[in-house]
Amino acid sequence: MPEVLVLVDHDGEHVNKSTYELLAVARRLGDPGAVVVGTPGTATRLMESLARYGATSVHAAESKDAAEFLVTPAVDALELAVRDTSPAAVLVSATTDGREVAARLAARLGAGLLIDAVDLDSSGVVTQIVFGGSYTVRSQVTHGIPVITVRPGAFEPEEHPGEAVERTITLPVVDPATSARVTDRRTAPAGDRPGLTEATVVVSGGRGVGGADGFELVEQLADALGGAVGASRAAVDAGYYPHRFQVGQTGKTVSPQLYIALGISGAIQHLAGMQTSKTIVAVNKDPEAPILDLADYGVVGDLFAVAPQLTREVAARRAVG
Amino acid sequence: MNIVVLVKQVPDSGAERTLSRTDHTLDRAGAELVLDEINERAAEEALRLKETADAHITVVSMGPDSALDAIRKVLAMGADRGIHICDDRLHGADLLTTAKVLAAAVRTVADVDLVLAGDAATDGGASAVPAVVADLLALPQVTHVRQLDVDAGRVRALRETENGQTTLDAPLPALVSVTEKINEPRYPSFKGIMAAKKKPVDTVGLDDLLPDADGFLVSRTRVVEAVPRPPRAAGTRIADDGSAGRQLAAYLIAQKLV
Amino acid sequence: MSGAKPMKDPLDLLDLASTLTDEEREIQATVAKFLADRVRPHIGEWFENAHFARELAPELGKLGVLGMHLDGYGCAGTNAVSYGLACLELEAADSGFRSFVSVQGSLSMFSIWKWGSEEQKQEWLPRLAAGEAIGCFGLTEPDFGSNPSGMRTRAVRDGADWILNGSKMWITNGGIADVATVWAQTEDGIRGFLVPRGTPGFTTQDIKQKMSLRASITSELYFDNVRLPDSARLPLAEGLRGPLSCLNEARFGILFGAVGAARDSIQAAIEYADSRVQFDKPISAFQLTQKKLADMSVSVGNAALLAVHLGRLKDQHRIRPEQISVGKLNNVREAIAIARECRTILGANGISLEYSPLRHANNLESVLTYEGTSEMHTLVVGQAITGQAAFR
Repeated sequence: MPEVLVLVDHDGEHVNKSTYELLAVARRLGDPGAVVVGTPGTATRLMESLARYGATSVHAAESKDAAEFLVTPAVDALELAVRDTSPAAVLVSATTDGREVAARLAARLGAGLLIDAVDLDSSGVVTQIVFGGSYTVRSQVTHGIPVITVRPGAFEPEEHPGEAVERTITLPVVDPATSARVTDRRTAPAGDRPGLTEATVVVSGGRGVGGADGFELVEQLADALGGAVGASRAAVDAGYYPHRFQVGQTGKTVSPQLYIALGISGAIQHLAGMQTSKTIVAVNKDPEAPILDLADYGVVGDLFAVAPQLTREVAARRAVG
Repeated sequence: MNIVVLVKQVPDSGAERTLSRTDHTLDRAGAELVLDEINERAAEEALRLKETADAHITVVSMGPDSALDAIRKVLAMGADRGIHICDDRLHGADLLTTAKVLAAAVRTVADVDLVLAGDAATDGGASAVPAVVADLLALPQVTHVRQLDVDAGRVRALRETENGQTTLDAPLPALVSVTEKINEPRYPSFKGIMAAKKKPVDTVGLDDLLPDADGFLVSRTRVVEAVPRPPRAAGTRIADDGSAGRQLAAYLIAQKLV
Repeated sequence: MSGAKPMKDPLDLLDLASTLTDEEREIQATVAKFLADRVRPHIGEWFENAHFARELAPELGKLGVLGMHLDGYGCAGTNAVSYGLACLELEAADSGFRSFVSVQGSLSMFSIWKWGSEEQKQEWLPRLAAGEAIGCFGLTEPDFGSNPSGMRTRAVRDGADWILNGSKMWITNGGIADVATVWAQTEDGIRGFLVPRGTPGFTTQDIKQKMSLRASITSELYFDNVRLPDSARLPLAEGLRGPLSCLNEARFGILFGAVGAARDSIQAAIEYADSRVQFDKPISAFQLTQKKLADMSVSVGNAALLAVHLGRLKDQHRIRPEQISVGKLNNVREAIAIARECRTILGANGISLEYSPLRHANNLESVLTYEGTSEMHTLVVGQAITGQAAFR
């Protein structure tokens, strides 16, 4: 069986769940080889977890510089590992960093790149969902070693315990003239939400939210989903939330991947601002609320019970990731 | 300072997008093409640098004749000249070919200090063309930048991704891609629109940019099948029995929305 | 929904854009984008609260909208069609904004540009073009509208100075203007004067309780023994020809603007008709609604073609006042009918400020009357084709 290289996402101590997903799907094409880029000693710390989820080899690309420069150490490591192993494919998580690493690697290999795979079969054909979910596309690489970024969450991790062989990749010294140095890292500041019209997720509250205090529930769900907060005109007119967040005829028009309407009945003026959303979820007490007719998933129930539960579930899911 | 801004035309995000039946590429004839707003922000950042330092701005776009409109718009905003990469053989170009051609166009501009681009095109989503251009030009990659500071031959930037914020530092020349949050782009003024007509735009093709490209590949991947997803089916509706939040989470996970 | 996607822009029906140059299209698109970002989200509220967004004047100046068809002194120097298209987009947002721009560019700035001294131009035009200063234009009086030659405002010589007395009514921008172009009787006939804000004896009073142009300021100007140096007089303006030449400029913008108000009303009606379901289908699928939409699209297409045609004549310096009368008469009349008809498609929702048609209809009541009532324009056309003046 050929090797299939997987770039390991980790924080120095633990392997991210998305890597286990990659290891699971890599087995469809060959023997998973995990490439660990980090400071010296990292691979040894991660070895056992990687082997438990199916890695048959672990390529340790370690140097003091590795964590100090953006993207290039990972590209160098994968390039060397590919030259070393002639793998059947290289899999990288479709995170912002992962996409950049994969694309640069593909460029160096002169190889085909497939992004954002949600499925992958044993012949290397990848399934992608494009244009905000309007098309399902199946593609394959025709030149070079396939480099594939995989959407996090698209596969389930599978334990597949075994022994992993450790190999060493000697990273070249980073040239500071051609790489950007990371001088500081911090998590995103709280409450820093995406703009309404740019967000891929919008959570909106209506009159049913009951007051300005109730909008905390809306905000918490939006934050759990990394989304923006919106409001119906009724909520804005009632003074629950500022006007600039109004979605609808006289407010903003949004078209996110996911629109969640909490306590919004769905007056025609509101629908005008959100009906092109790709997936619409509505929670409303009133089974006759017009928004439930438009929703892909409608819940007839109390938003004060449903929303916090959903927020907890989403946060738990994110925490594992 | 010489700045190159890479811009791309995309279908209007409000419009419905379709794939051509014959070759599964984006059907650009069917949708109105506009300058991707993120590119306007890249251009705006270049123009702000021009206001504080002596800078010459070249705007580069690859695409059919209509890409000229995108170039003109940035010229109207205040850029100095344009390079329009137009070649039928580039139809359906993959990310690597696109990046190679763009990098070759950047190389035609003398003494480039800064290459600026948007961090994501709304039609593709790979968000990785700038990174590859950096690789091909051996420039430091300073991508997904929310805040940019160019001073004394160095770039300092705040990079923002789903994992949080990092501060980056790199020497010039460098490549920078910007996020939607970096600035509010200016509107082109009427004087700018009228002046743009007189600014030079070079049209170049594959033979100009990659003269000895043996075995030129437009794409290294192939679409096997493209199927429009079924229109919205009748939605699921449940009454909350105390577990609706959990059921909803399961639905969102199954739909790959979480 | 079946078949082709609905065409949300009735002007697309005739592909009017194909008759425009790239530059004209870009100018139009830039104005439309600016208004979509900065005006449309708030205009309903501004209309309701009778608020004029004074802070947008410098931004309009930066774009080059103010006095855009004039040359020099910081003005953009576009052609007339571009100016018309900007007015079209402005009025599609709200007639109040178009009125502000018309008065600033075509009445205040044009009067200075056309009839002023070099010093007056240097002093005022760059600031007015930048939107740093606001201008207004005082011709109409409480008792003299269609008959301006009867005006009572009077300027008399006092040594080297002039003493101005009288009042002006229905003056757009009056209360916020930094400079007023004021027309007055003198012993030599009608003359124009530039009266800066703060000149002793010059006061203004904004008109409240309007039902039209609420997002714009309309005022009365009072002159009580206002002493002006002769350098305040517009040296090149003699007789009624002075103010009337300015009005022709403004009317030209109006005949484009009305197309914008009509187009916006129809767009609102089409979008609403597509989403409003009665008897299990969208009301756009009912024949009566389609007849309304079709008739209005034909009408707005005609109005737009007329506007662009007159713009081309103006750019060739061949336009005649009676041709502008044809344009203003037809386009405003059609626009107000369209706006009202669109309101009927919107049903009860149509009376809400969330939708534009009734706001446009109310605004157009002013537009129908100002800058020459439709009755006066009818008589101008009548005179042009019969040779007989029937005004009095």
